[in-house]
Amino acid sequence: MSIEQEVEALKNIPLFANIEPSRLKLMAFASERLIFKAGQELFHQGDAGDAAYIFIDGDADVIVDTDDGPLVVANFGKNEFVGEIAILCDVPRTATIKAKSELTTLKITKELFFNMVMDFPEMGVEVMRVLAHRIDKTTSQLTEARNAISEKS
Amino acid sequence: MEPQLFKYIWKHSKKDQVRILFLVLASMPFYFLSLDLPKSIINKAVNSENFAGFNSTLPFMRFELPFGEEIFGRTVILFEGFDLSQLVLLLALCLSFLSLVLVNGVFKFVINTLKGRLGERMLRRLRYELADRILRFPVLHSRRIKQAEIATMIKDEVEPLGGFIGDSIVTPFFLGGQALTAMIFIMVQSFWLGLVAMSIVLVQAFVIPKLRKRILTLGRQRQITARALAGRVSELVGGAVEIQAHDTSNFERAEISHRLGKIFKIRYEIYQRKFFVKFLNNLLAQITPFIFYLGGGYLVITGQFEIGTLVAVLAAYKDLPPPVKDLINWDQQRNDVQIKYEQVVEQFQPMGMIDPDKQVLEEGNNEVLKGDVVASSLTLIDESENKLLDGVSFSFGVNQRVAVVGNASSGKEYLGLLLANLVKSTSGSVKISDKSLDQLPSAITGRRLSYVGQDAYLFPLSVMDNLFYGLRNWMVNDSPHDPATKDEALRDKQEAARTGNTILNPMGEWVDYKSAGIDDPVQLVPRVTDVLRNVDLEEDVYRFGLSGIVDIESRPDIAESILGAREALKEHLKSIGAEDLVNAFDPESYNKNATLRENLLFGTPRNSDYAGDRLLAMPILREAVDEAELRDSIYNMGLSIARTMVELFTGLPPTHPFFEQFSFISADDLPEFDMIVKRADKSSFSDISKSDREALMHLPFDYVEARHRLGLVTDEVEVKILNARKLLAKKLEERDPEAVEFYDPERFNSAASIQDNILFGRLAYGRAEAGETIGHVMTELLDDLGLRSDVIEVGLSYNVGVGGNRLSAVQRQKLALARALIKKPDLLILNEAAAVMDSQSQNKLVPSIMEAQGEQGIVWTLQRAELSRHFQYIIVMQNGRIVESGTYNELNVEGKVLKSLIAAE
Repeated sequence: MSIEQEVEALKNIPLFANIEPSRLKLMAFASERLIFKAGQELFHQGDAGDAAYIFIDGDADVIVDTDDGPLVVANFGKNEFVGEIAILCDVPRTATIKAKSELTTLKITKELFFNMVMDFPEMGVEVMRVLAHRIDKTTSQLTEARNAISEKS
Repeated sequence: MEPQLFKYIWKHSKKDQVRILFLVLASMPFYFLSLDLPKSIINKAVNSENFAGFNSTLPFMRFELPFGEEIFGRTVILFEGFDLSQLVLLLALCLSFLSLVLVNGVFKFVINTLKGRLGERMLRRLRYELADRILRFPVLHSRRIKQAEIATMIKDEVEPLGGFIGDSIVTPFFLGGQALTAMIFIMVQSFWLGLVAMSIVLVQAFVIPKLRKRILTLGRQRQITARALAGRVSELVGGAVEIQAHDTSNFERAEISHRLGKIFKIRYEIYQRKFFVKFLNNLLAQITPFIFYLGGGYLVITGQFEIGTLVAVLAAYKDLPPPVKDLINWDQQRNDVQIKYEQVVEQFQPMGMIDPDKQVLEEGNNEVLKGDVVASSLTLIDESENKLLDGVSFSFGVNQRVAVVGNASSGKEYLGLLLANLVKSTSGSVKISDKSLDQLPSAITGRRLSYVGQDAYLFPLSVMDNLFYGLRNWMVNDSPHDPATKDEALRDKQEAARTGNTILNPMGEWVDYKSAGIDDPVQLVPRVTDVLRNVDLEEDVYRFGLSGIVDIESRPDIAESILGAREALKEHLKSIGAEDLVNAFDPESYNKNATLRENLLFGTPRNSDYAGDRLLAMPILREAVDEAELRDSIYNMGLSIARTMVELFTGLPPTHPFFEQFSFISADDLPEFDMIVKRADKSSFSDISKSDREALMHLPFDYVEARHRLGLVTDEVEVKILNARKLLAKKLEERDPEAVEFYDPERFNSAASIQDNILFGRLAYGRAEAGETIGHVMTELLDDLGLRSDVIEVGLSYNVGVGGNRLSAVQRQKLALARALIKKPDLLILNEAAAVMDSQSQNKLVPSIMEAQGEQGIVWTLQRAELSRHFQYIIVMQNGRIVESGTYNELNVEGKVLKSLIAAE
């Protein structure tokens, strides 16, 4: 797969949807493509975070350690962007990501990510927009959950 | 050493000097004759008055007894001679003149050669003696001196002495003899003219040295300032980090400039004075002929003097000023080297030099130290009258484990140095088995004791040579191979002995393996590995081995095994489903994880002309590329790369880290390439200028398809590259077969490291944890195949660099510990030897070294008091005194100093 295909993949990720293709190409060029075999972990819950990953092909489970052992809480596939929270606010990984099939990713190191945001503020705005959407979504999910609980009780 | 240079010279070279002197004396009559002959030629042979007719003859080579008339009242003829006619006489006299010139020349040649040899011998002796003295410096003195200064002294400052020594005694005789001969000759011809010449010479001899006094003082200053400059220059290197880190380079520049200014002033004044003296000298020398021409001319005109005599006087006088001048120069040089000698010798007489008898070569060192180490009221006072140790007394068994603790000012470091006999106490004594330590020869203290300080020095040799450095105590066997012939070896030895040098051969066998417990060569690597493991250095040496190169000539078996490991690695990776982690070198296919350069050369360069960017300039590569019709493809790759780079990086600030990390083109060159790409896009290939084409064609050689992912190596290009690879290999084999070792799956690559040989390919880009997995698998595999010790053996030949700078500080210290352990000392003295290590490593190291020492004793001055719990006996020091001693349990209680020291950590 060449860099052009990676640019295509990046374009499909909402976070980068509005960013100029030449910038995406630079990001693709500067990032490392990393392939994980089924069963390999991208990172483990509690690790320090140094990079985020963009899924180009394949899928992975999101696993959270609970008192009853590891629990798969979600499954991410193509065009997903994971691990960005840890690099944005320096918190340990909140979950484990484990490849379920052969998984092709673009590894965006913390340094690269911040360099890109610094140099291309439009990317920073885009990141803010996506995060705001997530908060909005989480808030509405929270409201829904509250309502559901209050209805039950 | 002799304080006076002349005494030194006389003491060591009187025989040679006398021999040369004898030769000089023997040459004198011939010299005199050669002066006399021109007169005879003119007065006897040329002057026709002596010959009445054509057939008249005069005697030739007729010898009369000198002063015969005065003594016997008649002429005593020793040899009648031959009667010769005028022309034959002329011929005979001229031929005699020629042969005398020849004889004088041969004398000069022989004398000069002998003088040169004598000078070089004395220089060798002097340098050896100075070096010998360095080896006997007390260590505290060695710490204070500047290495560069002491090195310039031995190398440069004594050098002129060598030139002078050959001349020191002979020259005044020779020149004096010459001057005297010339003088006597003038005197014989004309007493008054001689007197004139003599008086002027006397004036010269009296005035000139006076004028030169100041020059000598300046010479002394010049020597000292130049030496200090050498010291400062070495500080610029030694302090490079501090200078750059604190931005003091301009201060250093000013400092150097100031020094150079001072040296300039001194040297300039020397020149001024020197040339003034020269001027005066010349003037005085020319006054004499002035008088000769005037007075002599007058005498000839008035008929009181034969013209031939005047010519002879002038010819003799021609020979007078040079020896006089040289004599004056010799005197100047004498003063100069005397100063140099004094200045150097002065620096080599520190207080407390080690007695040479203590270092006498001794073979046996089997006298095992037993009994107790007893120190009684040890006191050590430094130069500024500080008491570093004050009445220290203790006693413990040689085989005990003793810790010395205390803070930095406690003096424990000095106690360690004293115990190792490296420093002598001001008063008091240390005795081991009732023998005073400072009375023991170094053959015992240096072999039965082992010492490691805080910052141990490593020699720029291999790990192995450093490890066994401590066992090079005496020459076990002479080398049969070096020097090549027996005669040469004998000559070398005689020459060395003649100048007081040691006759031992450093190329011989020096390492006493038996003392290290190695009786058989096969035990060597296991024993070394054990010791390395004791100091936790085994893994490091193993890594050196992995990236080291096997000498296939001496170890074909290792090479063979490694080929086996290459195969085994492939199998193993396949079995765990990880074969995609390595992209193996295949002569028949393009390796997408390697650079284009590597794919073309497909081998490891042995000749550095084929390494790095230099390869691109090699005509042989260009030919191969052209023949494979690859030129256009490379050009197109370059153009694509340039286009992509321009597209991606334009607009980024030039200092952006991406340029360093990812770009093929530097920020400075980017605009240039922007233009090139624009030009290339506008015109067809044939219109592109040569320089543009060159610039673009340089770009793709570092391109790695799997890493950069620009999709440039298409199937079609691949085929061409493989073709070019084959053509290049063929050409190289024809023209420069030794230059490159090609990748061959069936063969060991003797130019590549063990690691590269096993891997035989490139790690695949973009495979998660590829490096870790392969490293792990490789180690396991080498262990399974029993190759670990072979890899370590290769690692042992790793060169540690100058002062061990290719090792980390911790590795250096560990190697020094191993060097001390392998000697199997009766008492191991460690003077904060683990201070550079972190506490965890120290905690591990202490018990491990104890175990390695077995039944033998250890004295360890500890940086961390807490570690003393491993020891049988603890000495606690404060301000140079012992405040308490005992076992850990006794001292680690409330109210004791040890407890407080541990608490403070």
